[in-house]
Amino acid sequence: MIRFGTLMHQLVLAAEDTGHAAEDGHHAIEPGITSGALVEWAWLIVIVPLVAAFVIAFFGKKLPFKGWEIAFGSIAFVGVYGTVLFLLNATQGIVYEGTVAIADIGDFHLEWGWMVDGLSIMMYFLVGVVGTLVFMYALGYMKGDVRFTWFFVSFSLFAGGMLVLVSSPNLIQLIVGWELVGVASYLLIGHYWEDYANVDAANKAFMVNKVADAALFMGAIIMAVSVGSFSFNHILEVVVHGENGALSQWAFWAGLLIFIGAMGKSAQFPLHVWLPDAMAGPTPVSALMHAATMVTAGVYLLGRLFPFYLDVDGLFAGDVRNIIIVIGGLTLFLTGFIAIVQDDIKKVLAYSTVSQLGYMVAAMGAGAYTAGLFHLFTHAFFKALLFLGAGSVIHAVHSNNMSDMGGLRKKMPITFWTFILGTLALVGIFPFAGFFSKDEILASIKYAGGHGQDVANFILILGIAGAFITALYMTRAVALTFFGEYKGKAHPHESPKSMAYPLIGLAFFAVTAGWVNMPGIYTGFTDWLATRVPLTGIGDHHAESFDWALIVIVTPLALLAIAIGWWMYGKDKDTQAERDTFRIPVLWPLLENKYYIDDFYMSGIVRPIMGPLARVVLWIDMNIVDGVVNGVGALMKVFSKGVATVDTNVVDGVFNATGAGTGASGSALRRSFTGRVQQYAAFSFVGVIVIAVLFIIF
Amino acid sequence: MTIIQFLLVGAALFSFGLYGVITRRNAVLVLASVELMLAAVNINLVTFDVVLQDALHAGQMFSLFIIALAAAEVGIGIAIVLMIFRNRQSADVDELDLMKG
Repeated sequence: MIRFGTLMHQLVLAAEDTGHAAEDGHHAIEPGITSGALVEWAWLIVIVPLVAAFVIAFFGKKLPFKGWEIAFGSIAFVGVYGTVLFLLNATQGIVYEGTVAIADIGDFHLEWGWMVDGLSIMMYFLVGVVGTLVFMYALGYMKGDVRFTWFFVSFSLFAGGMLVLVSSPNLIQLIVGWELVGVASYLLIGHYWEDYANVDAANKAFMVNKVADAALFMGAIIMAVSVGSFSFNHILEVVVHGENGALSQWAFWAGLLIFIGAMGKSAQFPLHVWLPDAMAGPTPVSALMHAATMVTAGVYLLGRLFPFYLDVDGLFAGDVRNIIIVIGGLTLFLTGFIAIVQDDIKKVLAYSTVSQLGYMVAAMGAGAYTAGLFHLFTHAFFKALLFLGAGSVIHAVHSNNMSDMGGLRKKMPITFWTFILGTLALVGIFPFAGFFSKDEILASIKYAGGHGQDVANFILILGIAGAFITALYMTRAVALTFFGEYKGKAHPHESPKSMAYPLIGLAFFAVTAGWVNMPGIYTGFTDWLATRVPLTGIGDHHAESFDWALIVIVTPLALLAIAIGWWMYGKDKDTQAERDTFRIPVLWPLLENKYYIDDFYMSGIVRPIMGPLARVVLWIDMNIVDGVVNGVGALMKVFSKGVATVDTNVVDGVFNATGAGTGASGSALRRSFTGRVQQYAAFSFVGVIVIAVLFIIF
Repeated sequence: MTIIQFLLVGAALFSFGLYGVITRRNAVLVLASVELMLAAVNINLVTFDVVLQDALHAGQMFSLFIIALAAAEVGIGIAIVLMIFRNRQSADVDELDLMKG
């Protein structure tokens, strides 16, 4: 049963009524499309990659491309469908929620559904387009891999899980997608499980996420119990009308716990530790995981519940926003620093991702829905580009370490130029994508600070410093990889076309993706994201024009960082030695040990719990569990001996006696069966006579 | 006239038939004896129909059914006997003891 709830219409109407009261009510697009085949069949976006995963698992190996074609076809379908929805949303606006009832438990209705609104459509578009390019790239990158087919099973499941997550109209389905993404990432990070370190990385990612997930579950339960529904629309309806006592009482805890869940997936300090280790997976996985899938889930969830956190009336989770902005600010600053000292090019990019996610989360904390998601949008393209470029280099030199690279500029021109474009976009140089989104985030944090929040002012300084750090570590990565002299042993060459074309495609987006939201010139992206229910409940701050003061500070800072980076690492005669001369005594060891957070977790939490816990569990296992099992076994032995006696004597006796009796009576009676029909006729006549006589007598 | 004469005729016919069925060796004669028994039943039915003055004449209807049934039974019976004779060159009932236990 598919129904387009009347609730939707009510909510649209309700939102329109209250719209004028919103904080700085921007003009939302009137949703032009609220029904029709295009949105009603949008569930295909979710189902196709999941079905593809199963089809590849069973039939993939028999196909000419060993299952790649199915994976690619399914993700390309998502890309095309997502693009169509994206364009239609941009021109007409789409708001739709389809649901299928799965189970009714009393008053509780469990539904599976698919949201087709501005936020979800942006995610469909991102997952589909970035996914298509990454899947195309993966064909070349994974060529000759032992578990090629299985890789694409997990990869399709990964994309499908993310689509389940972003299409979800309620917290339950979101958690299902959340866990699907988690398990698929576990499979992909541990893809090369022959190396024990990779298994550790996969376990770490899974465990750290699980810690956060536990908080998410608790938050979702608090939310659902106080609202009486898992549905986002119901929750946000309550928030927009600002009238629910139960929710407002528990809002802080619900908001905080859900944010901790988001911290896990979006790798926020101090739960970021899994993401750099997740580099153990194949590079296409890193590209997709860091761009469109997985790490964006937390930011997406904050965006989905944005009115709950924005909390205009101060009834709900507004206090959590201060925590969010601080966590985001710390993340963007602290993890960016670590990237400076990493030798593994993928780890540089990984810490960069964590840092950029910090920007997004800080923007959410500053109450800037559009800015946070805008950076998510642009970051997806240039970070996927940078990862694929790094993968292309790794593919060529057979090493992750920048100390084995250098001077690849001439040998790999396509990779080099696209990598440069991605770097400029990430650093935030005009007119590349990152410039617009980072500027908007900083402007929104400044705006939040302008309302008297000292915290936000502090975070603004961290954000500006973060831009400097970003430029520094990216310049270092580019210099060590592409300039100077080649230091490795393999013979690098440009990657095959299937790997080069996705780089060019992503480079196009890395340059242009920011142009959809230029304050004061064209702000289409703001409107696209605002096509939601409740429409004007979003009410975020977004800049009306460029913040020149910030640009004047940030852009020269970034250029200065590039200059410093070039001065430090660009010459590359004896890079390793030269880099050592720049070691700052206390800071560098601190950074190289990642602030000792991993060590703290390991020796502070994991081992103290693991050691005694293991001993206790062993004792329980040896004494109690084994005792119970042995006792039950002995008891069963005695019991079964008794049963055996009864069985051999009584039961067998009955059956044997029955058999013997039947046999004896049979051989006695067989004599009367002479085969003579007339004798039978005579017997039956006698029988009739006897019956007749008995009738007469009685 | 009482019904006793009719019932006696019926009983006599039935007894002859029964005697024939049990004693005859030739299968054709056994079949003929079965016909006698059916005829005896018919006489009984018609007799009681007349005596009891049944408005629906159920007795006569049943005797008509039995006549039709007897004709069909003879047809099948004779066919079976012919097949047996063709296969075994004999229609002796005593030799047909394949069903002996």
